Amino acid sequence: MLIRLLVVVLLVLVFWLGTRNMKIVPSRGQVMFEFITGFVRDNIIIGTLGEKDGKRFMSVLMTIFFVTLGMNITGIIPGLQIAGTSVIGLPLIMALVAYFLFIYAGIRRHGLRFFKNALILPGVPIALTPFLALLEFLSTFILRPITLTLRLLMNMVAGHMLLVLCFAATDFFFFTVLKDGNFLGLLGVGTFAFGIAFTLLEMFVAALQAYVITILAAIYIQMALAEEH
Amino acid sequence: MLNAFVAQAAQATPSLLIPQLPDLIWGSIAFAIVLVFFTWKVVPRLNAALDARRDAIEGGIKRAEEAQAGAQEALEQYNTQLAEARTAAAGIRDQAREDAKRIRAELVEQAQADAARVLTSAQAQIEAERQSAFVSLRAEVGAIAIDLASGVIGESLNDKRSNDIVDRFLADLEVSEAAAAKAKA
Repeated sequence: MLIRLLVVVLLVLVFWLGTRNMKIVPSRGQVMFEFITGFVRDNIIIGTLGEKDGKRFMSVLMTIFFVTLGMNITGIIPGLQIAGTSVIGLPLIMALVAYFLFIYAGIRRHGLRFFKNALILPGVPIALTPFLALLEFLSTFILRPITLTLRLLMNMVAGHMLLVLCFAATDFFFFTVLKDGNFLGLLGVGTFAFGIAFTLLEMFVAALQAYVITILAAIYIQMALAEEH
Repeated sequence: MLNAFVAQAAQATPSLLIPQLPDLIWGSIAFAIVLVFFTWKVVPRLNAALDARRDAIEGGIKRAEEAQAGAQEALEQYNTQLAEARTAAAGIRDQAREDAKRIRAELVEQAQADAARVLTSAQAQIEAERQSAFVSLRAEVGAIAIDLASGVIGESLNDKRSNDIVDRFLADLEVSEAAAAKAKA
């Protein structure tokens, strides 16, 4: 929980400083800051939802992105070494936020017709309609939050496990096997190299998962807002 | 430390999918803090900055386009005016040429008329003077001739007769002169 607190403080601090003095002609730092926020804003949010709806849901989606990114990246920061998202609480919360967000968006736009649109597909034979409605219900209203949660959680847990495995093995090889005079302990070099490689991979996965959860949330909202299927 | 993590991970594994209450509470709080902050500060600031920049760029482009359109318009206007001026100049030149031609013709005509009139009046005057000179000369020549004849014959001639004689003489003279002129011609 301390890690989360730290991430929250850091996020608030970075974004407070980053947006404190934004100019039309940006400084170097502002360009870097805008490169990241602009990517989330334009490519993920506005690219999926369009300018108008994008701005409506922007703060929530940006929060999801940067909380996920911040919490993910702690998995490889020395001294923290565990991702804030590798415990189910936070992924679940964000999945639920995305879940209620797209239901809210759909109801705001279409009223109760939203559920009908979501469940009953046009151009399907009448005999199949109930069956497909059941499937759609499962995929849209049950599986979406679960997959959102588990995708993020499991990526982070697996990454964490891999890193733990690599570094624990390195530790074991160097300080147990090699100390006993067994040269098999030099395998520790290999596991250490793998650990570094997986650290880099984790860095990538951290950003990727933040991207994935945000764009999926945006797409769910966009599908809910769309007129018909 | 790493062993501790392994131990922790091993402990956590059975309950991986079942959320703990503190986990949920703190996760929610963390998310909520960031969400509030983003909604309150970051996104409005970001949007404001980006919109301001877009406005600035669009405004700049728009202003440039307007300036260009203005310049184009001015150029067209100038060209139109130039063409108009050229047409007007050509018109004025033609008009002047025609005027000059007309004035010259009028002057020539006037001069010719004047000359003709002067000539006519001069001829008339000459004719009249000649006529009067002729008449007075005739009378004088007659009187002189009569005086001369009176002197020669020693007596005054009858007025009526002398005049007749003089006239006849002069008529004869004229006839002979005319004949001489005709022969000369």
